Amino acid sequence: MKSPVRFEKRLTQPSWLNWGVPLLSLLAALVIGAIVLQLTGKDALDVYDRIFERGFASKRALQGSLITATPLAFTGLCAAVAFRMGVINIGGEGQLYVGAIGAALVGIAMDGQPVGFVVVCMVIMGMLFGAAYGSIVGVLRARFNTNEIITSLMLNYIAGILLNYLIFNSRSYWRDPRSQGFPSGKPIGERGEWTKFSFFGVSVPLGFLIAILAGVAVWLLYKRTRFGFEVGVIADSPRAAAYAGIRTRWTIVAVMALSGALAGLGGASDVGDFRHLLDAKGLQLSNYGYTGIVVAALARLNPLATIFVAVLLGGLTNAGYALQGPDFPSGLVGTLQGLILFSSVAGEVLLRYRIRPNRATSDVAVAS
Amino acid sequence: MNNSLLVVIAASAIFYGTPLFFAALGGVFTERSGVLNLGVEGMMLLGGVTGAWASQHVEGPAWFTVTAAIVIGMFAGACTGLLHAFLCVTLRTNQTVAGLAITIFAGAVGLSSYFANIWEVAKTPVDRPIRKLDVLGLADLPILGPILFNQNILTYASWILVVVASIYLFRTRFGLHLRAVGESPQTADAMGIDVVRYRYVHTVLGGALAGLGGVYYSLAIVPTWVDGMTKGAGWIAIALVIFGFWRPGLTLIGAYLFGALQSLGTTLKARNIRISGDILDALPYALTIVVLVVVSTQFAHRRLGAPASLGQPYEREER
Repeated sequence: MKSPVRFEKRLTQPSWLNWGVPLLSLLAALVIGAIVLQLTGKDALDVYDRIFERGFASKRALQGSLITATPLAFTGLCAAVAFRMGVINIGGEGQLYVGAIGAALVGIAMDGQPVGFVVVCMVIMGMLFGAAYGSIVGVLRARFNTNEIITSLMLNYIAGILLNYLIFNSRSYWRDPRSQGFPSGKPIGERGEWTKFSFFGVSVPLGFLIAILAGVAVWLLYKRTRFGFEVGVIADSPRAAAYAGIRTRWTIVAVMALSGALAGLGGASDVGDFRHLLDAKGLQLSNYGYTGIVVAALARLNPLATIFVAVLLGGLTNAGYALQGPDFPSGLVGTLQGLILFSSVAGEVLLRYRIRPNRATSDVAVAS
Repeated sequence: MNNSLLVVIAASAIFYGTPLFFAALGGVFTERSGVLNLGVEGMMLLGGVTGAWASQHVEGPAWFTVTAAIVIGMFAGACTGLLHAFLCVTLRTNQTVAGLAITIFAGAVGLSSYFANIWEVAKTPVDRPIRKLDVLGLADLPILGPILFNQNILTYASWILVVVASIYLFRTRFGLHLRAVGESPQTADAMGIDVVRYRYVHTVLGGALAGLGGVYYSLAIVPTWVDGMTKGAGWIAIALVIFGFWRPGLTLIGAYLFGALQSLGTTLKARNIRISGDILDALPYALTIVVLVVVSTQFAHRRLGAPASLGQPYEREER
């Protein structure tokens, strides 16, 4: 089969491609999305216009978007940290649920303690719970070489069932005994509600600031430390890492714990910044974990870019909530997110290859 | 006797296991060609929603509508398979991320939900579900009746399919070529086998079978569309490929085992046996992990059947 173009491996990557390709991917996703919208009888420009308006165009919209962006920044970091080592952790979803369970536990139990102390404990508990849940995947992968993609995904479903159990199907500590009819989570104490900071009149949740800190910390960890260097070696060649005396197994577990801790922090922020209780249904409908994968992919696994992309996709998601209705069907945001992931995957090709027209002469050159 | 618990569980293991088998068999074909497909869940949902739409909108006698629904659902799956093949084979992207992209794009909150929404599929049950048959009037036969003679047409099709697939893979030249492509594309290429074509054909076939599994969910199991109704069945199917060592027959057995687990909740609840529904719900997922651990420890070094080039794009220009 002869194709009209051929792929030539790039020996060097021009630096402008690092931001040019994601930008192009985003654009391509919007164009394909517009085609899908037009084909299904919607006015694409109108839809995009409304997404922009409800996601970014006003102070109120931006505040809402930052609230949605916060867990996405954490799940994005969760995916980026693991993917960079070639460990495909798609368990951010479940690790976030478990982190939320941990943070809500502290938030409820420590009502009445000093404000800062409660918040710090919620952060720590969210991270610990998430890290523990992520470590299960890491240990199985490191010890038994079990496919982490499937185990982490199965653990997402199990964490979802655990949430349902805690809120709907049992009289657990997390369930509000006063909730009539539809069961809901027990509100955390006022002291556990995270403060907001105001920048230029836009209120920014504490969790988002923590996410920026976490992004910088991860960036430093991977760029400037021996640990980060070892992770890079394992990603490039596990065998070389083994010869170099790197403790590959230990590193896998450590990275999975870190990855889970970041997602768990996202869960803590959902409880502390946003809902102030363990919302079993809301968490499962939000899909933060899976969207985090899109965030990380579009950010090309760069921790700092992850924060920025999280705001972008947070805006899209937030606009989706605000607009949901008869002329803005519910699957639309997910479809657009999927398209963005597609284009960023396909865009990687431009980074690795030069695409040249296939002329007859070039075939001879290849054959020789 | 036909109401005894074991008979009911065996019959529903087959009933619930069939869609898992379809999707997993698709995975066997795709992975045998060296392409990893993590998009199964998304492909199933897309097949399910288009099948449900067809069942509500295609006019004609019942058999025609059901056939159309099956064909349309498989076609939708095949299209996503084609997309996956384009990304993985032509563009040589990271197959893991490409598959994830398909699942997020088409999945529970993506295109399948979007279609369901704009077509208003979920408003009413599908008009023409796939019903159980009473084959040769033997459905009331003791023990064997409910298990073997009271299934639906797709289950009988799956029994033919498992035989055909095994013969195709292990007894025909095409199957030999397919396995060669999956084991060593370089060698296959040198033998004159068209690696690209084999990978494309089997990825598309895998997509079509995943779509068929999805149709089974929306037309046979729950004859009403629900967003994300496969609830991770696509991922269990991917695990089943490993569990079945990339062999159709073993995959069928694995699918029935998981089918039994999935049905256990409904079966026991119907009999007023008190056991936490949540534990039963979690069982298939937990068992998937256990099975994967067992399979990867005992056989990791022997690699019973894993295609050697699985997940790696083939680049001819490099040599």
